Order: sequence, then structure tokens, then C-alpha cells
Amino acid sequence: MTTLTISHLTKRFEGVTALDDVGFDVAPGERVALLGHNGAGKSTLMKIVLGLIPASSGSVALMGAAPGSRAARSLAAYLPENVAFHPALTGLEQLGFYLRMRGEPARGAMPLLEKVGLGHAARRRIGTYSKGMRQRVGLAQALIGRPRLMVLDEPTSGLDPVSRRDFYAILDELAGEGAAILLSSHALTEVEARTDRIVILSQGRLRANDTLANLRRKAALPIRLQVTARPDTADSVAGQLSGARRNGVTVDLMCRHDEKLARLGQIAGLQPLIEDVEVLPPSLEDLYSHYSRSEGQ
Amino acid sequence: MTRILAAAAAETRIALRNRWVAIAVAMMALFSMVLSATGSAPTGILGADRLSVTVASLTSLAVYLVPLVALLMAFDAVAGEVERGTLPLVLTYPVSRAELILGKFLAHLGVLALAVAVGYGIAAAAVIWTDPRAQAGLPALWRLGWTSVLLGATFLGIGYALSALARRPGAAAGLAIGLWLVLIVLYNLGLLAAVVTDGGGRFTTQVFPWLLLANPADAFRLYNLAASDATAAAAGLGGAASTIPAPLALASVALWPLFSLVLATLAFRRITP
Repeated sequence: MTTLTISHLTKRFEGVTALDDVGFDVAPGERVALLGHNGAGKSTLMKIVLGLIPASSGSVALMGAAPGSRAARSLAAYLPENVAFHPALTGLEQLGFYLRMRGEPARGAMPLLEKVGLGHAARRRIGTYSKGMRQRVGLAQALIGRPRLMVLDEPTSGLDPVSRRDFYAILDELAGEGAAILLSSHALTEVEARTDRIVILSQGRLRANDTLANLRRKAALPIRLQVTARPDTADSVAGQLSGARRNGVTVDLMCRHDEKLARLGQIAGLQPLIEDVEVLPPSLEDLYSHYSRSEGQ
Repeated sequence: MTRILAAAAAETRIALRNRWVAIAVAMMALFSMVLSATGSAPTGILGADRLSVTVASLTSLAVYLVPLVALLMAFDAVAGEVERGTLPLVLTYPVSRAELILGKFLAHLGVLALAVAVGYGIAAAAVIWTDPRAQAGLPALWRLGWTSVLLGATFLGIGYALSALARRPGAAAGLAIGLWLVLIVLYNLGLLAAVVTDGGGRFTTQVFPWLLLANPADAFRLYNLAASDATAAAAGLGGAASTIPAPLALASVALWPLFSLVLATLAFRRITP
């Protein structure tokens, strides 16, 4: 059984279609990245899943419960983009409040803060926290009560690289315990390593929904071979390989996946003229622009 | 209930840190001290005990001050959360909007009750210290105390409703002050003008008493003055008070808090984060 089921979801705001017939599932223990430009409909989709705003049509079910129902709200945790708290409360008090809102005793606040690395600042007012520290408080509140679904909107914005690593370590742990995770992000490289499946939204429509490997295969984007020529040979190398010279020493060749070995053979044949060669597979950025441009635009 | 108490506890901490507790208590204490120092002058003429006279003065003070303090605490309750961006997160928790409002309400009402108790307590202590006979006025003071809390409750609810409708703290503050002016100051001026123009006609005898009862601040004043011997000394509306039965005024004072809380919840439900 899937944790989150979205089908034919459409949302219109006064003439603007923010989401158009979107559907996908998230299974227990699965980490799904939701990608899209600003205004692609990511936050709208998350808010509908959480029951904060109603859908125009289509359906969303959270382990069978309707979004916004008390049952659904006890199953889901949310970390909003730029999460905010009352500046006059300490981290400990704020987290105690959220614990009690989920029917748990407030004494669980300190262990949670320690888990996100905020134990030392627990008794300071949130008004004195940095953005990264507030984001950690946001993560701590999302961990309360072992949620079955975590909805995280740009969770790592404002976090330094080390904090990001810690953050994903906590997510992996949760996914290992069976929580379904739906997160949006602009940091494509971290999504690449840390999620199981990618959903791409563009202009409110679902453009892709698959594992990264499958997306790469389906897109069949060309591979870039970057050849570094020896001094003064770049023109000759570019001519013989019919590639494009990018600067004084570098020549770029684009080829399909099945041509790669043959091309590398040609390059090896020019060895006296060549210093080095690098094989660059299509990046997630390339894939992302490929899928967000496909259809429609 | 746990959720309401959790919200109330957080809100009490915020009120303490924002100095609202200190400001509310200091305001009530200061005005009560001034009144108990100056308000005892007419005692000899009236023959009433000095505390009852002070209670009459405190009633007139409370009509202005209690709604003001309540609105000042309430105007930020919803609009502030909208502006800070704290609302969407808490609304994804398994808690109803009515529970959130009730939590804030309990906390603010606690602060208000404390301010009223300290203020009136100081006034009573000062009077009884100089004249032990004044203890006869203690029941009137007690009555003033709990009706003041009910009056404050009404304006807390109204403040939340305005806060939810305005959605921005600045606009909510403006609405709150405007409403205070209308309900507490202009309403009575308008009624007095109408009564004077009417010259004892149908308006004065049939409509006017109901209009007084409809305003929570007037109902509060009527109930306390009607129940007190020192009525005539204290207020120009005293004449009108004699025509309205005290139980009706009490009903208005007691029902308004419920009504205003329902209003607040309905207004809060309209907000989509």
C-alpha cells in the first residue's frame, strides 16, 4: 500500500491553473524529490497534500485519509520553506509546544533538539537563532511522533554543507523506518545522491516521474567528451575529430551513448597531440531542463 | 484539552516576554491608585461606605481601560502569526482552529484577570486601610472584578476576530482602536444625542434601553451601577440604568464573551494559509 496517493490533481486560482492533472504515489520508505522552477506548482501541491488549501478537482489520500482530516494530520509532518517561529520562545519551549500539539509530553523536546544538533542552544530564544538553526528546529518538529509521511519544502536551503549531510542522514534513518518522504529542492546534486525517485513539475504539469537511471536512459542525452590538446594543437585536434574548439587547448565532442567507445578510440589514435580526455555524462541539470522543456513549451 | 493548554502555556510565555503582563498590570494599578486617592472625596455627602464609592469610580475606569487592554493583547493574535509565517505549520498539526483560539484566549484572559485583581486590590486595600467600615463595599468590588473579566473576554474575542479579518498587524491595530472608539466613546455620545433630540418620546422609552444592552461596555456599566447604591453619584447614564432590570444587563455581560469567541473562530476559519 502506498503512503501517499495523488491522482488527477488540479488546482486553479482565479483563472490560473497552478496544477494540471498531476498524479503520482509515494511508497513507505521511499524518498521522492519534487523538482521544478519557481512557480511550477511544488508548494501548491504540498499545501494540498497537507490539507492547507483545497484542490479544485482530483484526489489525494494519505494512507486512505483525506488531506486536512485529523487522521491525515496526525500521520504527516511538514517543514515549510523558510520555516518561522515566535522569536520570544526558546527552542525548547517551541518544541515542547509542538510535542503537546501532537499529544506527546513536552519532555521529549531536549532529545529532539540534541538529535538535530541544537542541544547547546535549546534554552536560547529563537529570535537569536541563525537561519540554519531555525531550519534545524523545523526539522526537529517534523520528527515528532514518527510521521508516516514527511513533506519538506526546500528543507536544506540555509544549511551549510555539513548540516546538509547531517540532515540527509536523519532522513535516511526515517526512510529506513518506513516513512515516505516527499521533498522539493533546487540543489540538484544533493537530490541526485539522496533520493530514490524524481518527479518533475513544470507549469503545473507532471513532466517526469521515475528513477534517475531511467530518466537518463529515456532522455538519451548526448555525452560530452572533453579533450585537452597539447599547446598549439587544438585546431588540428578539432579538425581531425570534427569537434568544436572551446578555448586554446580544449575541444568538446558530443556523442550518443552507443558511439562513446568508438569516439574514445579515435581520440586515443591522436595520442601525441593530446594531454587528457574526460567523459562527462549528462548532468541532472541537463536532464532537468530536458524534461521541463519537453511537451508544452 | 491538552492542546488548548499547550497553546495557552506558549501564549502566556509570549505575553510575559513581550511585557504585556507588566504593561497590563501597571496600567490597571496606576489608574486604580489615582482613583482611590481622588475618588473618596464625596463620601460625607452620600453616606455610602467609601469602598462602594470607589467601586463606582472604578466602574467608569474599567469601561475604558479593560476593553483597551484586551484589544491591545488580542489584535496581534492571528495577524501576527500570518505575518511571521508561523501559521501554515501549526495548521498542519492535528489541532482545530477553535482550540488554537481558545488557547490564546485562556492565556490572555489570565493576564487580564491578574491585572484586574492587582488594580482593584490596590484600590480596595488603600480605602480599607484608611477606613475599616469600607469593608461593607467588598461584595460590590468582587462583582466589579468578575464582570470586568467578562468584559475583557468579550473584547479579546472581538480583537481576535478583527485580527483574523485584517490579516496584517498594522491594519488589525487600526481596526481595534477604531472599534474601541466607536463602542466605548462614540456609541454613548450618539445615544445621548438621540435621547436629547427625542425628548422623552418612543425612542427613549422603547429603543434606547435595548441599544444600551446591546453594547457590552454599556451593559457592564449598567449592571454594576444598578447593583450599587452609589449609582447616582457616578454616571450620567444612571437614570437610564434604573429602567433596565439588572438580570438583563447581566445576561448581556455573560453572553457577549461566547458570542465574540464564536465570531473569532468563524473569522479565523476563513483564513487560507
